[in-house]
Amino acid sequence: MKDKKDRSLVVVQLSGGNDAMNTIVPYNNGIYHDSRSAIHLTEKEIIDIDGSLGFHPEMGALKNLWDQNKVAVINGIGYPVPNRSHFRSMDIWHTAESESIAPDGWLGRTIREIDPNHNNVVTAVNFGRGLPRALVCKDVPVASVGDLETYGLMPDIKGKEQRQDVLNYFSRMYGPNQGRDAILEALGENGVSAMNGADILSGANSKYSSSIEYADNPISNNLKDIAKVIFADVGTKIYYAQHGSFDTHAGELFNHAKLWKDLSDALGDFFEDLKEHDRQDDVTVLLFSEFGRRIQDNGSGTDHGSGGVAFVLGGSVNGGFYGEQPSLEISEQVEGDMKYNNDFRSTYATLLDKWMGIDSVPILGKNYEQFNFINKGT
Amino acid sequence: MSNKDIMLMAHLMRRVGFGSTKDELEEYIKNGYDNQVDIILDSEPNYEISKHLINRYQPDYGSPMGNSSNGASWLYKMIWSDSPFKEKISLFWHGIFATGYAKLANGIVLHDQIKMFSKFGLGNYKNLLIELSKDPAMIIWLDNCESHKGAVNENYGRELLELFSMGTGNYTEKDIKEASRAFTGWTIANKDYMTTKSQRDSVWPYGRLAMHFEYKEDDHDEDEKIFLGETGNFNGEEIIDIICKQKATAKFISRHMYSFFVEDEPPVPEWPYKEPNNPNAIELLSEVYFDTGYNIKEMLRFLFKSKFFKSEKVWNKRVKSPIELVAGTLRITKEFERPDKQQSSANSHTSFMGQHAMNPPSVEGWHWGTEWLDSGTVVERVNFSSSKLGDVNNSGIRKIINNVKSNISNQYSTELLIEKILEELGSIIVSKTTKDTLKDFVNSKINSEKSLNDDNLSELLQLIGAMPEYQRA
Repeated sequence: MKDKKDRSLVVVQLSGGNDAMNTIVPYNNGIYHDSRSAIHLTEKEIIDIDGSLGFHPEMGALKNLWDQNKVAVINGIGYPVPNRSHFRSMDIWHTAESESIAPDGWLGRTIREIDPNHNNVVTAVNFGRGLPRALVCKDVPVASVGDLETYGLMPDIKGKEQRQDVLNYFSRMYGPNQGRDAILEALGENGVSAMNGADILSGANSKYSSSIEYADNPISNNLKDIAKVIFADVGTKIYYAQHGSFDTHAGELFNHAKLWKDLSDALGDFFEDLKEHDRQDDVTVLLFSEFGRRIQDNGSGTDHGSGGVAFVLGGSVNGGFYGEQPSLEISEQVEGDMKYNNDFRSTYATLLDKWMGIDSVPILGKNYEQFNFINKGT
Repeated sequence: MSNKDIMLMAHLMRRVGFGSTKDELEEYIKNGYDNQVDIILDSEPNYEISKHLINRYQPDYGSPMGNSSNGASWLYKMIWSDSPFKEKISLFWHGIFATGYAKLANGIVLHDQIKMFSKFGLGNYKNLLIELSKDPAMIIWLDNCESHKGAVNENYGRELLELFSMGTGNYTEKDIKEASRAFTGWTIANKDYMTTKSQRDSVWPYGRLAMHFEYKEDDHDEDEKIFLGETGNFNGEEIIDIICKQKATAKFISRHMYSFFVEDEPPVPEWPYKEPNNPNAIELLSEVYFDTGYNIKEMLRFLFKSKFFKSEKVWNKRVKSPIELVAGTLRITKEFERPDKQQSSANSHTSFMGQHAMNPPSVEGWHWGTEWLDSGTVVERVNFSSSKLGDVNNSGIRKIINNVKSNISNQYSTELLIEKILEELGSIIVSKTTKDTLKDFVNSKINSEKSLNDDNLSELLQLIGAMPEYQRA
């Protein structure tokens, strides 16, 4: 058994509100067919799971992982009093606080717990520009990487040597020879740790080798970059990436299929890559979205809903269904949506306690019931 | 005109606006310092940026689905307005009365709130607080629409005292309750429909509606209240009246002003435990507050003409906020002549650096000063300013290069070249270490190739954009 220190969590945010019903499809439910006359998926198209639910047709790679018992599907996930605004609902998922506006994110608080003295500037790495609120926390540094190959300071300087040369001047300007006041102190410290972070991450990029050929799209590129940093063993515990937009008000059949094909294939390649480097048991992936969508379609897509679906994937995951598939009966619907039956913070708590080995209570503010989707003994 | 005059004017312009280049500074200095302060405070802009221009490029302006176009059009005004002071004042109040999209899900009311700041933000503080209490975005943000006679929600009452006027330690929990009672009935028209529409509805296809204030007399608690020692059947206006009379309010607002315009104070939560940087300045500003009947503009006039503001000790004693950094840089490069898509995407850089306009992290707004800086945001800040200043295709940078070239002979010294560039960019003051570093760079790169070509100058400008001094104002 490996030390928990080697473990990491990869969070992929499905931005825009993923349509849970066309992801894990209740394909032989009459209400599904009746309410989805424009965008329903048929029994022929879907990839059957258990005779009543099936994966979206483009989720073949994910189904492959499911068959290896590596995928936990959390149906009916949500929180009390659903909010159907993208921004507010995403905020709730990011801060794990559904009643008031919280200043920091659940992962930011987790990073502070892991590395309180910020000894490692790459404890968390965000792929994408600008920090999602999930990673924000006072005094917690997080590297935000657009593209690992060009990441670093002053990327407009052409030529590798030339850039190294200019960066030497940069480090002189941010070094200890400057007179000191509080602002320079902060600039100097952070300027130098930014350079170190960039060095560490560009090292990860140059050391990487693999036989896996990822597709060339944003989510594949992000997952490939994440694999590079994992293999470099630089102490990163949390990775974050985003995929979207799942805001399929129109043209859902086409758009939703493309989104899931890209993601599912990228995850397939990512886990192949992990396996090739013998790291498949060290990494757990969470896929979440801010809400599901309406049960009834609108003629070409679906509008904002509530109860959704999340996924937890990895070599240490005990695959299967968690939560309950919400009933589609009119009497069971909440204002036209699937009713949530498990709080998303139960999933967070499970990941924190059982996977990261971190007490979830101080981070989430209270004790949430946990799932068993992490293998015992890991 | 002496070098010192230019430096002082550059300091003023960094604080009242987003910085000025040499050409502009030379114009202003002709007016004399005090006169220039009056001009900035008293004159209306010559040229109002047309709403129709912005509408043409950002058709969702005013009724946006998100708030990115509102942030972008505000940034556009900061870049192109000939009275950037107006935008700076709105930014000042937005920092204190921070209200955010995350809860409102309605861009138009936020846009209206910023407009309200520029309309009332230089007047009487009492009026500003009354307008704020009637502002639909604020009413939703702090739940005053959920506060009813007999079922009081204390959120607005609390923050009015804690964050908008007096600061903790100057009132009791009972005062909060009484103030909240006085604001019952201050709500928005058609509230249930509006909030449901914001929360539940798809944004397509019609976007959002504006909202307006409504006073519901039958939902107002008109019974007697005891507030800060005074007794009466107070309504909201009277509560604000009492608040404005307090010494604590004068000090609180003076300290905010000092921090925003003079030098960084610690963030607000630390105020009860830390003395101001300059207690005397806070005293003086408080006196002006009472002497002028709570007049913000007169407080600022006093501030900008004061010794403590002009003192070299406070030059560059602020960390530029992300919005100041981005707006100031784009004012130099003059890259975006139109509020188009590219300009919109430039706006998102402020979020990358940790300041998403109209979407503050909490009711407290953003913490400023060194709290803007961490290893992630420093990368964003350095890369933005260095790549913008290094882009010699931008008309503003092109002009600076031409000015420098025409001001130095072929036999220029390294020192002179650096001085001229720093002067053109707005008389940036740098330390000896930074200057020596730039000199060594010029000597090794430019002088060895004996060429002031674009590539070399671009690299020098990138290094200047990356220097720590550029991050300060």
